[in-house]
Amino acid sequence: MSVDKSTVARIAQLARIKVPEDDLDALADELSKIVGWVEQLDEVDTEGVAPMASTAEGTVLRQRDDIVTDGDCRDDVLSNAPETTNGYFVVPKVIE
Amino acid sequence: MTEKNMIAGRTGDWEVVIGLEVHAQVISEAKLFSGADTSFGAEPNEQVSLVDAAMPGMLPVINKKAIEQAVRTGLGIKAQINRFSVFDRKNYFYPDLPQGYQISQFSDPIVGTGEIIIDMEDGESRTVGITRIHLEQDAGKSVHDMDPSSTYVDLNRSGVALMEIVSEPDLRSADEAAAYLTKLRAIVRYLGTCDGNMEQGSMRCDANVSVRKLGDELGTRCEIKNVNSIRFAAQAIEYEARRQIEVIEDGGTIEQQTRLFDSNKGVTRSMRSKEEAHDYRYFPDPDLLPVNLSEDFVEEIRRSLPELPDDKKQRFVDDLGLSGYDADVLVAERATAEYFEQAADGQDAKTVANWVTSDLFGYLNKEGLEITESPVAAGQLGALVGLISDGTISGRIARDVFAEMCATSKDPADVVEEKGLKQVSDTGELETIVDEAIAKGTAQVEQYKSGNEKIIGWFVGQVMQATKGQANPQMVNEILRKKLSE
Repeated sequence: MSVDKSTVARIAQLARIKVPEDDLDALADELSKIVGWVEQLDEVDTEGVAPMASTAEGTVLRQRDDIVTDGDCRDDVLSNAPETTNGYFVVPKVIE
Repeated sequence: MTEKNMIAGRTGDWEVVIGLEVHAQVISEAKLFSGADTSFGAEPNEQVSLVDAAMPGMLPVINKKAIEQAVRTGLGIKAQINRFSVFDRKNYFYPDLPQGYQISQFSDPIVGTGEIIIDMEDGESRTVGITRIHLEQDAGKSVHDMDPSSTYVDLNRSGVALMEIVSEPDLRSADEAAAYLTKLRAIVRYLGTCDGNMEQGSMRCDANVSVRKLGDELGTRCEIKNVNSIRFAAQAIEYEARRQIEVIEDGGTIEQQTRLFDSNKGVTRSMRSKEEAHDYRYFPDPDLLPVNLSEDFVEEIRRSLPELPDDKKQRFVDDLGLSGYDADVLVAERATAEYFEQAADGQDAKTVANWVTSDLFGYLNKEGLEITESPVAAGQLGALVGLISDGTISGRIARDVFAEMCATSKDPADVVEEKGLKQVSDTGELETIVDEAIAKGTAQVEQYKSGNEKIIGWFVGQVMQATKGQANPQMVNEILRKKLSE
């Protein structure tokens, strides 16, 4: 499968990465090569094999008790934010 | 004539097809994957751990309680509990989703198919299929109206455990959708898995609505997002169905889209059209192992289930002799059922049911109180019914006693004692009073003798007046009949 220019543009949009029009062709070429490489896996017959959800089968999911042990650290949580006010994160308006 | 559940259009009758997705906040102390507090009403960003804020390197560890609660809810709707389920990442960007993905369950949810029986007002019941329940994280809250050029973000809800409960498209009217939500809310409240409080957002509903002519294929659906009350859900569905019928009958076609309900105007409107369809690129979350549940774990939860509304209703009808309607009213809320059962303990259940559904509800409604805030305790109401049963007071006097109990929270026996309301059941005393009434009503005696038996009411009235309503009405009637026939 080859990845075309419009697919690259769409992936970039989904990932919120700004890609200049001029770079699309080169990226399409690169991504096609990566996909082609991964496509070698298609040679393996997986008929009747359930998709794998984890590579650590046999390991038990660790669970926490239902106790409040964390939070109450607003200053830390907000410390990297470019803008805050009254304890809120402030971001550009996302609704028209 | 338009058939039941059909909407009449210009070109004939239309069937409405509705499926609901309910997001129910799991009752737990801590969040789904972090140890931060879930309680409502904190200052912004005070209940946020570094996991919830998606700081680099933070890893999710699942809260045991959330798994238990989802299984408990599944068992409460007689659903398949999946021994193996997987957490997936649902990828999208929004400022209140700091991870850039929501941890949810896609192809392998924790709960599979189940059912909910809905009770309609006409006494009919219908079974609605449940497709699945999965666990997922809630997002944070975006506040758009505090600043003209910015959005404020509070992550307190970020990471709180939600159950998404998805119904089959089995509902056929706004009323059925409302009945479904009411019943689902009652069930989760009985189970203690969600508080069902829609105003505070702990239960939210998305409605998928389409219309078709009877027997046709399913129409294109629109999804109404984030409706936060049962009444609004019914209004939104009703409006949306009529809107779609109008579009089609005007020769248009329905576009699949997401819509919002404006509760002020009572209309649904399209959200900003997306430039492209959602592409969530689900994949198993590599930070979390699959959830494997043992038979024992599920069975232990099954054994701890309370009696649920459907079973309780059946028992009230079969064992206590209540009408289906009274039973429905009493089991609708767990707190009401508990109150009733306490009050009815050792008393005549039907009489207690009447007092709860008429006098007590009437008072609570008037005062805007919940049953848990009732000034009259369940045991006190039971004792009041006991005083009527053993003849201490008449039903009429009981109403006065009840009013006093509402005002003072006193025991009924004390009210009766203090106010001297004890029923006059002394035969000698009553006979004297009856004699006086008969002496006063020569004309009425004549009428009675000439066959007007109803006139006896006049004599009862006289006796009641003389005793301030405290005469035992049954005995008064007996004595009157005896004396008037002499």
